[in-house]
Amino acid sequence: MATAAQIPPIPAGLAREDLLDLYYYLQLTRALETRLTNLYRQGRVIGGLYSSLGQEGESVASAFALADGDVLSPLIRNLGAMLVKGAKPVEVLRQYMAKRTSPTAGREMNIHFNDLRLGYLGQISHLGDMVPVMAGIALTFKLRGEPRVGLVYVGDGASSTGAFHEGMNFAAAQRVPLVVIVEHNGYAYSTPTTRQSALARLADKAYAYGIPGVTVDGNDVVAVYEVTRTAVARARAGEGGTLIEAVTYRRRGHAQHDDQRYQSTDEIARWEANDPIDRYVAQVTRAGWVGSSELEGIDRRVQAEIDRALEECEDDPLPSPESALTDVYVTPSVTEELWFRRLNA
Amino acid sequence: MATITYRDALNQALREEMQRDDTVFLMGEEVGVYQGAYKVSRGLLEEFGPSRVVDTPIAELSFAGIGVGAAMVGLRPVIEFMTWNFALLAIDQVVNSAAKMLYMSGGQTPMPVVFRGPGGAALQLGAQHSQALEAWFAHVPGLKVVAPATPYDAKGLLKSAIRDNNPVVFLEGEMLYNTKGEVPEEEYAIPLGSAEVKRAGTDVTLVCHSKTVAVALRAADRLADEHGIAAEVVDLRTIRPLDVDTLVTSVRKTNRCVVIEEGWYFCGVGAQVVDELQREAFDHLDAPILRVTQADVPMPYNKLLERAAKPSPEQVLEAVRRVAYLER
Repeated sequence: MATAAQIPPIPAGLAREDLLDLYYYLQLTRALETRLTNLYRQGRVIGGLYSSLGQEGESVASAFALADGDVLSPLIRNLGAMLVKGAKPVEVLRQYMAKRTSPTAGREMNIHFNDLRLGYLGQISHLGDMVPVMAGIALTFKLRGEPRVGLVYVGDGASSTGAFHEGMNFAAAQRVPLVVIVEHNGYAYSTPTTRQSALARLADKAYAYGIPGVTVDGNDVVAVYEVTRTAVARARAGEGGTLIEAVTYRRRGHAQHDDQRYQSTDEIARWEANDPIDRYVAQVTRAGWVGSSELEGIDRRVQAEIDRALEECEDDPLPSPESALTDVYVTPSVTEELWFRRLNA
Repeated sequence: MATITYRDALNQALREEMQRDDTVFLMGEEVGVYQGAYKVSRGLLEEFGPSRVVDTPIAELSFAGIGVGAAMVGLRPVIEFMTWNFALLAIDQVVNSAAKMLYMSGGQTPMPVVFRGPGGAALQLGAQHSQALEAWFAHVPGLKVVAPATPYDAKGLLKSAIRDNNPVVFLEGEMLYNTKGEVPEEEYAIPLGSAEVKRAGTDVTLVCHSKTVAVALRAADRLADEHGIAAEVVDLRTIRPLDVDTLVTSVRKTNRCVVIEEGWYFCGVGAQVVDELQREAFDHLDAPILRVTQADVPMPYNKLLERAAKPSPEQVLEAVRRVAYLER
């Protein structure tokens, strides 16, 4: 380790505690997904299981650049972003196991749950659709004069949709405070990006909307944080949106059921050697910003937290069948006190 | 009581709700500077400014989704589609996002958004601009579907739709904008889910909504004059939730029923009405229920062809003569 005199300053305005927090969320994401995979193989997790292995860095680092009050909309591989925003491992486990106690009472799967008070909206499944919805949330912030920012994640595949284009165009034309992260992870299900777009840099799509487009190494945690922080500050200052292309790689198949035979083992191995967490650990320990023992302590804390979360919920009841029939409409449909005034009070 | 147009009744509802509640805002193509393709939003930009009357790009999928997002964080968006034909470009957001958000969130996230605009055939606008799509949206749990026939109903129902915490699909009749009717000066709202007997009668029930209310009323006049048949005209006003009680009460009295709609026959609104009535009023029916709908074709352009494809008072008369066993 370097001596105190040789320790370079931590970049991007990050404090030592931030570096430890970032590591905690990176490991929490990976460890929770690993546990979910085990549970899936045991038949205790049902439905689709989607892994963000190799992409945790950009999810965690970008969400870390947001402030309280900001709202993000994750994709299926953005568990890390939701955890940063305050989603709890026990909630995720309950969702996957379709428990009555899950945030959606067993109605929805995986990370399809939202908490707008904490600042995440995890309910929109159709690719690209979350762009106009988040543009609407960001427009609301703008109309109310609130210094809040929206952040929406889309994949390289979603950037081919009409909804992406229409949402981007509106957000840019109205200068709403929306940051868009295009996760360029190589594949839309099995279709490689080269067959999705003729662009070498997906960030170039930003030119079509008249907003800045930035490409960042999505496996460089500190770089993603820095780029997102700049875009968020710009949005908060009323200067409009930014499109960030985070270049990364999906090391697992689309979901557990996908054998990913279209991805070569060489390709996967190359990206394994470029793992965002390994790179981050090397960066922060070599510089002497944090010690290995501190990180090991976090590893133990993460495992204990997940053990505890599973213990807490594995025997939770399943929803009663009759509960399938409620919550289609709000009743009473008209309230004297408007629900959102309570929400925002 | 003032006599005003259906258009101005809608305009009054928007204005009054925007005055009452500063979270209500209007968004859509041409709604601001141009004051609406059908001038429903006349004067609103001037009164409320560009942050509450928002002109959008010609991109229905985006502004429907923007309405969904705004509703999730505390606004009450009124999203205007220039016509419901164009709303098909946005049906993904209406059906996949708006209708399901409350349920999928386990009851946490209400969706107080109104999607409104003209529907149904006008005059010689061709197949892609002449569709009555009520049945499409009414099929989806989570949506309420409203289709008013008169200025009075248009104003009272739009006010209720805006105050409702559920997503409401509000279909205005393109051919009704210039029709006039009495609208009181004082505040009122009509609850969603209540049908209305527009004309009382004892011999046959004519079920209708939106533009076909006028068709049914004209048929009722002629039935009285030409056959001495007293038809009861029941205007659904709201397609979902459907006011089954009012329908059953009427059919128990008249024992005969014809259902009229502008939409197509197959899986139409009338199919649902017939299903409810055969279950709830089976022993009160003296004849099978008949339906009068648009012909089962895309709407043709030529005037003669279009007239032949639209539901008409003549078709209603013929159906009534059949349910009354006056002809076979």
